[in-house]
Amino acid sequence: MKKMSELKNTLALITLGLLATGSSAHAQIDINFYTSPGNTPPIWVSLSGLTGEAAEVVRFDLYVQGFNFTNADNAQYLISGSDNGNLTGRVVDNIQKSTKVSKSYSGASLRRQAHKFVDDFLEAIGRKGIGSSKIALKVGSGGSSEIAVADFDGHDASNVTRDGSIVSAPCWVPGKFALDYGSYKLGNPAIFMHDLATGARKTVAYYGGSSMSPAVSPDGRKVAMILSKDGWMDLYVANADGTNLKRLTKTKEDESSPCWSPDGQWICFAGKIKERRTLCKIPAAGGAVQAISVGGLPSPSEPDWSPDGKWIAFTVQRGDFEICVVSADGKGATELVAGEDPSWGPNSRTLIFANRAGGGHLSLLDVPTKQVKDVARVSSGVNSQPSWAR
Amino acid sequence: MAVGLALTLVGSGCKHAPVGVTHIPRRPQTGGPGELPPENPLGNPGEGRGLIDKNIGGPGSPGIPENPAGSHDGWKQDASALAEHTVHFAYDSSVVRSSDQGNLAAVADYLKSNTAAAVEVDGHCDERGTDEYNRSLGERRALAVREALVALGVDAGRVDTKSYGRDKPIDLGHSEAAHAKNRRGEFIVLTPP
Repeated sequence: MKKMSELKNTLALITLGLLATGSSAHAQIDINFYTSPGNTPPIWVSLSGLTGEAAEVVRFDLYVQGFNFTNADNAQYLISGSDNGNLTGRVVDNIQKSTKVSKSYSGASLRRQAHKFVDDFLEAIGRKGIGSSKIALKVGSGGSSEIAVADFDGHDASNVTRDGSIVSAPCWVPGKFALDYGSYKLGNPAIFMHDLATGARKTVAYYGGSSMSPAVSPDGRKVAMILSKDGWMDLYVANADGTNLKRLTKTKEDESSPCWSPDGQWICFAGKIKERRTLCKIPAAGGAVQAISVGGLPSPSEPDWSPDGKWIAFTVQRGDFEICVVSADGKGATELVAGEDPSWGPNSRTLIFANRAGGGHLSLLDVPTKQVKDVARVSSGVNSQPSWAR
Repeated sequence: MAVGLALTLVGSGCKHAPVGVTHIPRRPQTGGPGELPPENPLGNPGEGRGLIDKNIGGPGSPGIPENPAGSHDGWKQDASALAEHTVHFAYDSSVVRSSDQGNLAAVADYLKSNTAAAVEVDGHCDERGTDEYNRSLGERRALAVREALVALGVDAGRVDTKSYGRDKPIDLGHSEAAHAKNRRGEFIVLTPP
């Protein structure tokens, strides 16, 4: 009963908020919003009837999107189903007493069906699911590493490279089944674009010195990267194929890990202003570098801008590494959990990130609730530098 | 020492002005009520605590463009010839230390004596940084060494740079001593095929 009253309090607060803004008390409650990362209570659901792998997938997918499990009396949604060969699933809104989902699934695999069931539930309550989304990652460490892709939960992985060289920083090409990544295969660290369907790849940046950290623009037409070809470590932008190269910064400091705002107007990166490490942003078309305040958090790096434009996730270092978020206008910087190198999911609330503990693995974090789950290990080496397709 | 270096620079026809010793002052307090001084929670011992560094490349020197990719493709690589002259860096720093002047001079001398050879400077980091940050820092270190060699009269066309970030530690330990060994610039001698 405690959880139900907590839930009712939350709903009451949300309703009051809506009333205060002049909305009708009967307006659909937006259970998506959060203003304080890490402090939002989960949505409570109950789960019955599903077993084995189907139950496991449903639990995993819900937990990393901000749901948690309780008994039917205290749940906001009742989730039930059966998985005798194929999945059937039902979701009832325990407050409205209405059926949100009632479906049977067939084909593909039981895992896929379970992912789809959770996605269907989320869609029914006005949210975007992540069940069919993919990640790219680096597998291995030291002198030998490769790129792999997998489901966002680490399952169904495939090798992308087999070069026996060093790779780095995979990133998806929006709108295409393709990746950019860094590779040492040619000697000088270069940036490749790799068509995953055909296996064809070309160099996007192959210059003297070291080329690294590609980030393809949201419209897929441009790529930002860090190059040393002109004698300093600086931020450059080119067409996605590497032509029309333009230098955006000209500083002796070492800029690193660029990422784009979802409207394509800004590039955010880790830099230094007045000898102090900070997150920075620069107009994608060129212009002055500005600092993005991270509230004094130390040594920010590896930023990633959420697809909805509202948040920047990044890594800070105080002894260990910590996953942090800050609003895109530099407010409310919050440390969340131990880890590094976050990448936003398409729902703008779940992050995938790397953790050096346990031989180097990936984990998922629901930012509003701070709920974390480890991702299945891909292959047998260190898993790092995840990039989540949008 | 500084005078000797100035003579060397003049003698080699280097275009860079001789650089005096640069004293790094204590980190200043930023002004304004309620404003805290910059944080340095990891206590970089290489800056602001009496260490005197000389940036041999010169603070005003523009970036020296790299040789085109593949300029030394197919050249033989020898990691041992100059292995004893590996230079080292302070935490989170790419400043070439004055204590490494001897090593740099030895590399420059080697290249003067072996006129067909080139060198690749490999920049490395310790594990206490994120991957792409370290990859960039490692390259910044290699660039700083390249600038220093050019200041000693080495032709830029004979020096390539490459960063390995934290991918290739020389010491797999996690102690301060291990970290210090890993923050390095290594010289790989390249000779024509």
